[in-house]
Amino acid sequence: MAEFNLPKNSRITEGQRWPAPVGARNTTEFRVYRWNPDDKANPRVDTYTVDRDDCGPMVLDALIWIKNKVDPTLTFRRSCREGICGSCAMNMDGKNGLACTTGIDECGGHKGGKAAKVAIHPLPHMPVIKDLVPDLTRFYAQHASIEPWLKTTTPAPEKEWQQSKDDREKLDGLYECILCACCSTSCPSYWWNGDRYLGPAVLLQAYRWLIDSRDEATGERLDTLEDPFRLYRCHTIMNCANACPKGLNPAKAIAEIKKMMVVRQV
Amino acid sequence: MADQSRPLSPHLQIYRWSWTMAMSILHRATGAALYLGTLLLAVWLISAASGKASFDAAQWVASSWLGRLVLFGYTFALIHHMMGGLRHFVWDLGHGYEAQQRMNMARLTLFISAPLTILIWIVAYVVR
Repeated sequence: MAEFNLPKNSRITEGQRWPAPVGARNTTEFRVYRWNPDDKANPRVDTYTVDRDDCGPMVLDALIWIKNKVDPTLTFRRSCREGICGSCAMNMDGKNGLACTTGIDECGGHKGGKAAKVAIHPLPHMPVIKDLVPDLTRFYAQHASIEPWLKTTTPAPEKEWQQSKDDREKLDGLYECILCACCSTSCPSYWWNGDRYLGPAVLLQAYRWLIDSRDEATGERLDTLEDPFRLYRCHTIMNCANACPKGLNPAKAIAEIKKMMVVRQV
Repeated sequence: MADQSRPLSPHLQIYRWSWTMAMSILHRATGAALYLGTLLLAVWLISAASGKASFDAAQWVASSWLGRLVLFGYTFALIHHMMGGLRHFVWDLGHGYEAQQRMNMARLTLFISAPLTILIWIVAYVVR
């Protein structure tokens, strides 16, 4: 049964308001989720005022600015700062995305084209390790469970496995997935049944191998997915497709898997 | 199993509502409401089969203000759920997944079902 309320230890309290930068004229307020495993306190939301004239345009720029200039204890993942590593996936102003490719002014609460206030939370409905860092262990285990590699029974060719241009094109919109978990953690079905439902990201990855002309384990792969929870908890809520920072469409990939299930029955 | 020592990050509390998300949960809610409405329909039919006195009583309840309000809600649940069903039908055929399409379909679910419900009631009152 879905648990809509947060457990007692997860309820968010009001945190501290950090001093605003002196003399800054152009500012945006950031309300950031904080939780420290070293104290026994509940999560809290701290308020930081960012000097926009001293900071880059992206949400990640603002977080780095805060960490460098205001509060070095603020913890978050980041690496490539160009939307390819997927490390800085988080919830910004109620929507999942990558902090490095989301402009501060794309976030809501606008005042004349400029964001007045930005709320930052970790990816939703995940165990929190610290601040904006969620535990993705289960997510990765689910990805491993679909065996995301080429499976063949015919003897390997002398050079590479070949594929026609048309077959290669079938992988477009799938291979670009960076496994940032923005989609899966935006999905209410995954929130309520994440222990049994594989979620949009992993199912899109599963489809990437199902549709690969070189893969020879299509039947086994479909057998594994033919389950009321693993695949069929998708109710086309569409949060996944709305959230994907790479513009991919997990909902459509899931529908294609469902179609493959029907086609092989007839 | 959730690790109790770690907090669970907020979800429903913070996620921004979208049209598709709202229409999805409304489809679930109207589906649940239809169970109750169908139960009321069964009660009404049983009362009709049980004789004039019980049917008159059921009619009195159904035509009271509260009865009509419930009936109006039942009509909306039925129509909205049907529109949602059509939306799922389109999806099951493999269409309507692109950004603009899914947004339009979600909006249409409401913008068709709400006026259609009112239209049905207007027609019902006119032909009564």
